[in-house]
Amino acid sequence: MNVCYLDHNATTPIRPEAETAAVDALRRCGNPSSVHWAGRDARHTLEAAREAIATLVGAKPASVILTSGGTEANNLAVRGCRRPVFAAATEHASVLSAIGGIRTLPINERGLVDIEALDARLAAAQVPPLVSVMLANNETGVIQPVRAVAEIAHRYGAIVHCDAVQAAGKIAVNVGDLGVDLLSLSAHKLGGPAGVGALVVNGETPVEALVRGGGQERSRRAGTENIAGIAGFGAAVAVVTGGGGTDWRRIDRLRQSIEDGVRRICPSVAIIGEEAPRLPNTSCIAMPGVSSAVQVIRFDLAGIAVSAGSACSSGSVRDSHVLAAMGVGSEIARTAIRVSLGWTSREEDMNRFLDVWTDIYLKARATRPAETSVPETSATSMARLP
Amino acid sequence: MKTPIYLDYQATTPTDPRVVEAMLPFFSQRFGNPHSRQHAIGRQADDAVEEARAAIARLIAADPREIVFTSGATESNNLAIRGAARFAAGAAGARRHIVTCATEHKCVLESCRALERDGFSVTRLPVNENGLIDVGRLAAALGEETRLVSIMAVNNEIGVIQPLAEIGALCRARGVLFHTDAAQALGRMPLDVNAMGIDLMSLSGHKVYGPKGIGALYVRRRPRVRLEPLFAGGGQERGLRSGTLPAPLCAGLGEACRILEAEGAAEATRLARLRDRLLDAILDALPDTHVNGDMRHRVAGNLNLAFPGIDAEALMASVPDLALSTGSACTSASVEPSYVLAALGVGSDLAFGSLRVGLGRFTTDDDIDYAAGRLVAAVRRLRAGTVRHPPFHDADDLKSRHNAEHL
Repeated sequence: MNVCYLDHNATTPIRPEAETAAVDALRRCGNPSSVHWAGRDARHTLEAAREAIATLVGAKPASVILTSGGTEANNLAVRGCRRPVFAAATEHASVLSAIGGIRTLPINERGLVDIEALDARLAAAQVPPLVSVMLANNETGVIQPVRAVAEIAHRYGAIVHCDAVQAAGKIAVNVGDLGVDLLSLSAHKLGGPAGVGALVVNGETPVEALVRGGGQERSRRAGTENIAGIAGFGAAVAVVTGGGGTDWRRIDRLRQSIEDGVRRICPSVAIIGEEAPRLPNTSCIAMPGVSSAVQVIRFDLAGIAVSAGSACSSGSVRDSHVLAAMGVGSEIARTAIRVSLGWTSREEDMNRFLDVWTDIYLKARATRPAETSVPETSATSMARLP
Repeated sequence: MKTPIYLDYQATTPTDPRVVEAMLPFFSQRFGNPHSRQHAIGRQADDAVEEARAAIARLIAADPREIVFTSGATESNNLAIRGAARFAAGAAGARRHIVTCATEHKCVLESCRALERDGFSVTRLPVNENGLIDVGRLAAALGEETRLVSIMAVNNEIGVIQPLAEIGALCRARGVLFHTDAAQALGRMPLDVNAMGIDLMSLSGHKVYGPKGIGALYVRRRPRVRLEPLFAGGGQERGLRSGTLPAPLCAGLGEACRILEAEGAAEATRLARLRDRLLDAILDALPDTHVNGDMRHRVAGNLNLAFPGIDAEALMASVPDLALSTGSACTSASVEPSYVLAALGVGSDLAFGSLRVGLGRFTTDDDIDYAAGRLVAAVRRLRAGTVRHPPFHDADDLKSRHNAEHL
């Protein structure tokens, strides 16, 4: 069965250009730290990719620290600054759990960080903290007012980190325009390969290395560089900056069509975050009366890949911390699924999604109230929302 | 025979074409996130990751659940040493002493240094002039406070194999955790975590004809070794290592291990023959050549040769069609001799004249004959003073040599 992939926020298929670059680099040999021809060849590949990545975000190549991915970049930012940390309550787990004692910033019901609360917290802070606010949320697609956050935070001498993992490649991401000091990127969310990411350090912000050893990445990240991954990252980024990437207006229209579609079937459906600026590809849809776990299984059986709005670990269903922070009640949160579109999405995918969504919804409604409880059996097989 | 010839297999190995083939399907066809078990695309990727995990485990006689994927051996070493030391380090009675040795890889020494700054004490054992540690001396260094011993399996510069089973037995008897950096050992010698009493073992993809950007840490389950993660997040890898697993890279490391399982022993025999052929040819022509490091306890693919009176940098520059490396590491702008050779007691004159030759899977007899001829001729020319030392010290070059310290 042809799979209908609507989980691009978990990972998006690699761009052909990125695959070619990665495989080409894989077939060459050389450690970029070696002085001989093989090493120089690898170093050239590495630095060309670094330049492409810097261009994407309007930074200098020397400010790009290549990492093993977005999680490491976030950990490096949050732990490497050696400051107290204020983070939005809807941040990714790799920010919120990077270090103990993080103070979370409240989120309003639209999904946006409460600027006044941030200001008050900063005014009361004894030491200028690190403020970490993501550009776009992975579960809802909500876009934060990062520039405004950075302006306020800088007034109090704070360092500003922005997790732009989900935003990069979908909307403009420029460290200067955002006014941030640190910015995290991941290759596999924008059409590059998994296993590579970057922390962009704007200016002179000191960052203490997390992985120590050799002098790679200006002694801020030790370890032989993942040349193939980095080459793929560079090529994927070049597609974005070259304008040959995804037509996000088309994706936005496709998303609109499914949101309109589910609302036609069920006028009381909740689309979480829709009151706020959002990424053009993400929709967090709560189907009344049907748990997200059941929906995800039914979609999977129908060959459609989506993910649950609630993250699970160690076999227990837990409410999404993102939806909880927005004040979404757990009755609704437990029925939310994430639908995320990407460069391979087509109109027929939307139709297939809508057909199955309708089918699940109507069947559940027909059997109610007998079978509306949240099932527990499927929980063990579910991973945390990537 | 094709020139140039790559003879730097300890720095990195070419990715085996079979490994590349095994990786290809996971780039664009089976592209899923392996943690998205809730849908078919994710499960396909996860299945591949688990198969790879099992292949790695088989090669070291471990349980697949004891394998944690990382971005490479540097991360594995950081996670093992700092993670083991820091876990429950604040608890009453926590042990705060680490034992390692002078010839360890830079990332092991740096991890230990980071712990020292946090109040741990570190003993750095010297090595004998053959590069091996004295197990009696290790025994004497262990105390009530000792939490971890980190001794590498095979040295990256001189290829010598440390007595792992003896170290493991000693550590077990004394209730101390044993970590070994086996980046240079995997597939080049038999490794058995149980027979050798190993609790933590670091592995690398790109040293075993797999891709760069992937490695693994073996973490013993019985008795369970507890670690504090280096970075946190989604809780992948049993909470020890968060972050999306790169399915193509995992599949590549798995395939590399499968190939080693089938071919590693035969490959070592072939490489020992080639290595001896190279050494014989050089010793016949240049009898004063000295081999750094023990020849009996040594992996097959490594030679570290000292040519008295020769500047190895000049020698390398005069054979640009061979990819070799010096044993020397660089700190700041000044070139210093290798700390590994210094630990062996090799004088700095001889250390400056030392060259690492790394042989591997794609090295042929013809390559060896050619390389031997080129090296002998170059040494003779340099000794006759008929060539001037090529200009080395432009800024770029110094920078890249500065980076060459940790291979």
